[in-house]
Amino acid sequence: MQLTLFYIFAAVLVFAATMVITSRNPVHSAMFLVLAFFNAAALWLMAEAEFLGVVLVVVYVGAVMVLFLFVVMMLDINIAPLREGFTRYLPIGAAVALVMLAQMVMVLSSDHIQLISSEAAPSGVADNTRAIGSVLYTDYLYPFELAGIVLLVAIVAAIMLTLRRRPGVKRQNPAKQVRVRKADRLRVLQIPAESRIVPNAAAQAEDKK
Amino acid sequence: MAEIQELLWILAKILVIVIPLFTAVAYMTYAERKVVGWAHVRKGPNKIGIWGLLQPLADAGKLVMKEIIIPSAANKVMFLLAPVLSLAPALAVWAVIPFDEGLVLADINVGLLYVLAMTSMGVYGVLVAGWSSNSKYALLGALRSAAQVVSYEIAMGFALVGVLMAAGSLNLSDIVRAQEGPFWHWYWLPLLPLFMVYWIAGVAETNRLPFDMVEGESEIVAGFQVEYSGMSFAVFFLAEYTNMILVGAIAAIAFLGGWYSPFHGIPVLGPIFDVVPGIVWFCLKVGFFQFCYFWIRASFPRYRYDQIMRLGWKVLIPVTLVWLVVESGLILAGVGPWF
Repeated sequence: MQLTLFYIFAAVLVFAATMVITSRNPVHSAMFLVLAFFNAAALWLMAEAEFLGVVLVVVYVGAVMVLFLFVVMMLDINIAPLREGFTRYLPIGAAVALVMLAQMVMVLSSDHIQLISSEAAPSGVADNTRAIGSVLYTDYLYPFELAGIVLLVAIVAAIMLTLRRRPGVKRQNPAKQVRVRKADRLRVLQIPAESRIVPNAAAQAEDKK
Repeated sequence: MAEIQELLWILAKILVIVIPLFTAVAYMTYAERKVVGWAHVRKGPNKIGIWGLLQPLADAGKLVMKEIIIPSAANKVMFLLAPVLSLAPALAVWAVIPFDEGLVLADINVGLLYVLAMTSMGVYGVLVAGWSSNSKYALLGALRSAAQVVSYEIAMGFALVGVLMAAGSLNLSDIVRAQEGPFWHWYWLPLLPLFMVYWIAGVAETNRLPFDMVEGESEIVAGFQVEYSGMSFAVFFLAEYTNMILVGAIAAIAFLGGWYSPFHGIPVLGPIFDVVPGIVWFCLKVGFFQFCYFWIRASFPRYRYDQIMRLGWKVLIPVTLVWLVVESGLILAGVGPWF
């Protein structure tokens, strides 16, 4: 049962990954990438890494790919010129793929590198969310904080790159808009209901136009 | 053989969840029109059946009979896939919702994260619908939706981080059990700012008024679903209402003590109110949130787009960050009866 499920997820994953690079439409590619992430998450769930599997969906499917799709949808890409490069770059791509395959085989079949099996997880801890948390905030605290600072710098840099003030452009100032009070915009006039309304200066100016 | 039997059992359990859910959705549309009608001092639907009670059936019949029109320049596969993409995650979340003590389809360790993951999947339905319709209004609606959902998901996630810090678990049943007791033991009190942020973000996530930039009739007609008709439109509708009930259910679990009665554990009142089954209390709490949805809809005008973004990024997220720090202090100090 478990083996059958594994092969189903793996087959869909490989199919989706292939479609990402062969699909003619960039939006289709992005959607196939979503499918690939989803199946990878399912595989992780089957390996009892439920925290990593669900976080993969939250981060990559829920946020990164949404923004990716957001950009791809706005582009009106002419597909034909993109296809021309495909055969030209095929040898380089194949070479890179072969090197990666060789590395993977070396890592997975090597006796020197012991892959951490699921039994190696801290014993006595039932859920691996707790296990990851306890390791992350004790043994790996400094690398973890370093990663946080690198991400923060990246955020600040991205905002600085897009933050530009052009002169001569009318723009709304939200702070000013929020500070507006009722009294600034609204005037309540008391007009006697029965008597004739005396036309005020504004109405006269209107008439002259 | 045993595996097939197990699968059939799971299938039966899914049906037991989904059929009442769809009935609830149908009668929520009725309740919405009644409540909004009452707020506007008019009657609402009252012609079909007694008090208009058969109105949802008539609506469903009408939608089934209608033709599904696919625009000629639309991307057909994606156009028909979009409603499914929005409904499937909305239903998938219900697998981890505990309705009562032990009454849950899948009692998984990372329940809260799973909920976040699935609710964030819902935006794909809107995005794909907007793009594949090949219509300006639909694309604008989809882009607005993507920006809005990504922004409010952060605030929502932080609000739920507060809950998991307090409960010390990601399992939804454990979160409810950690709040065992009368209503002042529930997390709405120590986490009041987070509760408010969660609720506002929840209304925004489900694209309901006053945050329905995605549809915005006065600006972009009906947004992403402008080209949809008949059943394909009805599926979007179903997904939206399922998500509304879901946000209410998560709020009830995370902040209002799930299946516990408000007087649980009090000497005299407790045993009297504990006679009522937990699932009834759960449904009442969820129903309260649904009423709030309609109430808010009838009361507030639509937000402007840039103000929605401002509210999400500059108000809600800082509020959650500050309160997470305060909460850490409360937990360290061991302020009772919550921590």
